[in-house]
Amino acid sequence: MITIFGIPLQAFLGQLLLGLVNGSFYAILSLGLAVIFGLLNVINFAHGALYMFGAFLAWMGMSYFGLNYWVMLALAPVLVGLFGIVIEKCLLKHLYKLDHLYGLLLTFGITLLMEGLFRSFYGVSGQPYSTPEALRGATNLGFMVLPNYRAWVVVASVVVCFATWYVIERTRLGALLRAGTENPRLVEAFGVNVPLMITLTYAFGVALAGFAGVLAAPILQISPLMGSNLIVVVFAVVVIGGMGSILGAIVTGLGLGIIEGLTKVFWPEASSTVVFIIMAIVLLVRPAGLFGKEK
Amino acid sequence: MKLRTLSASLMLAGFGLVSQSALANISDDVIRIGFITDMASVYSDIDGPGGIEAARMAIADAGGEINGKKIELIFADHQNKADVAAAKAREWFDQQKIDMLMGGTNSGVNLALAGIAAEKKKVFMAVGAAASDLTGAQCSPYTAHWAYDTVALARGTGSAIVKAGGKSWYFLTADYAFGHALERDTANVVKAAGGEIKGQVRAPLNSSDFSSFLLQAQSSGAQILGLANAGGDTINSIKAANEFGIGKTMKMAGLLIFINDIHSLGLNVTQGMQFTDGWYWDQNDETRAWAAKFEAKIKRKPSMVQAGDYSAVSYYLQAVKATGSDDADTVMKWLKSTKINDMFAKNGYLREDGRMVHDMFLMEVKKPSESKGPWDYYKQLAVLPGETVYTTLAESTCKLIKK
Amino acid sequence: MNRQALGYILFAVFLAAIPMLGIYPIFAMKIMCYALFACAFNLLLGFTGLLSFGHAAFLGSAAYASGHAIKAWGFSPELGILYGVAIAGVLGVIMGALAIRRSGIYFAMITMALSQMVYFYFLQAKFTGGEDGLQGVPRGVLFGLIDLKNDLNLYYLVMALFVLGYFIIWRTVHSPFGQVLKAIRENEPRAISLGYDVERFKLLAFVLSALLAGLAGSTKMLIFVSATLSDATWQMSGLVILMTLIGGLGTLVGPVLGAFIVVMLENKVGDFGAAMTKLTGVEWFQRLGESVTIVIGLIFVICVLAFRRGVVGEVNAWLEKRKGLSTQA
Repeated sequence: MITIFGIPLQAFLGQLLLGLVNGSFYAILSLGLAVIFGLLNVINFAHGALYMFGAFLAWMGMSYFGLNYWVMLALAPVLVGLFGIVIEKCLLKHLYKLDHLYGLLLTFGITLLMEGLFRSFYGVSGQPYSTPEALRGATNLGFMVLPNYRAWVVVASVVVCFATWYVIERTRLGALLRAGTENPRLVEAFGVNVPLMITLTYAFGVALAGFAGVLAAPILQISPLMGSNLIVVVFAVVVIGGMGSILGAIVTGLGLGIIEGLTKVFWPEASSTVVFIIMAIVLLVRPAGLFGKEK
Repeated sequence: MKLRTLSASLMLAGFGLVSQSALANISDDVIRIGFITDMASVYSDIDGPGGIEAARMAIADAGGEINGKKIELIFADHQNKADVAAAKAREWFDQQKIDMLMGGTNSGVNLALAGIAAEKKKVFMAVGAAASDLTGAQCSPYTAHWAYDTVALARGTGSAIVKAGGKSWYFLTADYAFGHALERDTANVVKAAGGEIKGQVRAPLNSSDFSSFLLQAQSSGAQILGLANAGGDTINSIKAANEFGIGKTMKMAGLLIFINDIHSLGLNVTQGMQFTDGWYWDQNDETRAWAAKFEAKIKRKPSMVQAGDYSAVSYYLQAVKATGSDDADTVMKWLKSTKINDMFAKNGYLREDGRMVHDMFLMEVKKPSESKGPWDYYKQLAVLPGETVYTTLAESTCKLIKK
Repeated sequence: MNRQALGYILFAVFLAAIPMLGIYPIFAMKIMCYALFACAFNLLLGFTGLLSFGHAAFLGSAAYASGHAIKAWGFSPELGILYGVAIAGVLGVIMGALAIRRSGIYFAMITMALSQMVYFYFLQAKFTGGEDGLQGVPRGVLFGLIDLKNDLNLYYLVMALFVLGYFIIWRTVHSPFGQVLKAIRENEPRAISLGYDVERFKLLAFVLSALLAGLAGSTKMLIFVSATLSDATWQMSGLVILMTLIGGLGTLVGPVLGAFIVVMLENKVGDFGAAMTKLTGVEWFQRLGESVTIVIGLIFVICVLAFRRGVVGEVNAWLEKRKGLSTQA
């Protein structure tokens, strides 16, 4: 049996693959955060709560309306996005002229509100959600048995991430977005409705979070606390990747998922802190983040 | 900074503080029970508002008063913070003059509460907590640990499974004190019964994804996967185990499972799982009747903890009635000399170290085809007599036990 | 003697008289600890303009350190407190050095991530007791003379420490050092151009804030004779931000009032919910009462949107306006 660092090759590859699955979640979430931060200069602390909201919507759709997974996969992000529009128009908008920290504090308050409300109505044990029919079962890859659903998660995330990156970096709409980040006044002078762009960007960013939530629903128990466990790690991912860089967020998310997965094999107790340790190191060596630019 | 601002702030603070004390009720003609538990967070379904209701039922069934003195229940949410609980308990003892303190879920909170009750020399009934330390290293003459503890769960589940042929074990442990204790207690039992520990993996608390740890468990080749975790971690690991088909090569042994967890996961995912429980609503007519009354109010079947709350309060009130006193030493003496036999506990008695020893049960989760409806989840495999599963007096680390 | 000093003396007298007024001393001590914590935090946020989202790390590490020192090593209370404060200071130097490399929002996120690391360390370390917490720490005898098991004695110790901590902050703010901090808050590039080593000042402010937060933590540990994980969570970091925000950023008295309001809230929200349910017959208020999180979240949102100056800030602004009007007339 071939071993790498004392672990059988099979197990090693298996863990690598699992890390990729987790990395996909990190990638989508940090992508959403990066998009929102890039244009609005707001750290959306509520990202975790909105991810949770997406998962809950999937469950609600199933339980109250009998809507299946695929419907909710398309619908939930839209609903979360609409909710995001409401948040942006009613609450966030007022804070743009102020110090960016107030945006962080506001979204922190929103997180507490959402988590508290969901906890109050649904308890914390979590709601079950079953894997959709088409994706049940597992494939024997030789070195491990991979549940089909997890493979789907990786595929879906990569597709969405790549699509987002393409739109932002390669299309005219994306160019407008990027220009709006650099110089909103100038872009407005060109006749572009910048406030609308900002609102839609926020909506899109949180829709990504909602999408990740639906993807997560069959894997994790849908609980009001699922977001807060994740959000701090995603923050660290974004700091490591360097904010404002779309590609940076995706690559860092995937990469850190893999590193975390490997840590679980060699040093399981540290797997929850390894991301932070890496963040500390990156900060010492490259304060702007791996892909960031010093402004 | 303006004097006016300062004095305005001062007045505000002053009024607030004074009103705080004015609200304090000092009354000694009332038998007051204070119940602190997790009302809205991770453990709220197991105990929480349901537990409060169970306590109320006990008070109602005792007639609402004893020898003319009214019985009153006050409760609070500790939000899983030991300091919130401790502050509330102190306030209740000092200002509201409670006679008995009850601890709901969360071991850390209960340990803190036990210390305060001991300081104030009042009865403390720990129902929802699992920590065996409550009757071990941190025992007190005023603590009664009523429903279950980690040792009983470990011994019950561990020895039963090894006896049934599950000799090789692998542990998935939540990496904190409680998880380690559960793993250690079970491992000791497994080894003593002739079993073998193939290995263990420590997962951080509140991990969202257990897939990697489960793969490691599977590659160990052990027969039994011991889940030394609780709450959300247990639920998530079971779900993932199901996804990865771990059930095909290993049997899962939950070391701390509540009926609410099974309800949340569903039978498809949990069928065949074996574990120890202290009580189940469908055991006999008595339990069924009480559970039906509970369900009418709470819309859920009760868990072991909630049934334990009812029992603990009932027996406390019986003690007060029988001795005609709410002095803690007198009540504890009566409780320790009485047989505990009610809807909740069979063959129970309260030991010198505060441990309420009673029969525990080995349960297995039914297959979906065997279940007739929601909450019909368990089949009882065996009765585990209290002496065989709880820490024996000879092993006890409690300073109250003279050896 | 000017009016400000008079105000402070009156307040100190009031504090000293609290046990006599029938107010529950443990409750008052708890408020003083949180008030000190909030004041320490405000030094960093309100006066230097640095939002740290990880201050709970200092509260928690000092609590655990002094608790362990007293319980396991037999330190006396005064040495235990000093030890706790020192540990918080060391942590402050490490965290500060890392975090100050970035500014603004990055600074906040880094402090949050670092304090999460500290939290995870506490979760796993043997001496903290993990989820169970460090319990049953003996209060001991202060300086070999004063028995702290007596709540009244402990009260005066806590009061003395609170006054000391507040005085240190007051002195810092009203010193040349404090002026530089304010300059950094207002316009960092200009402060740099004037030749100040801005990084060093920020680090000093950070460490001072950490030390005082540590003092609050050690003291709180003595009151409740325990140190638990909730002292080191990001929710606690959020709570101290809320206290400062409600009270008034950048004011000296604000955080004290904010701490008072938040602690009262935590205590009373259950009663409030029950009262509202009885009043309006709407069952939902009962739920609201049971969830402190919802209420805190709501207040956070309202504060950030409409009440940024906090109570003290608003009062000050109102007084200024009145003074302005009266001098105009």
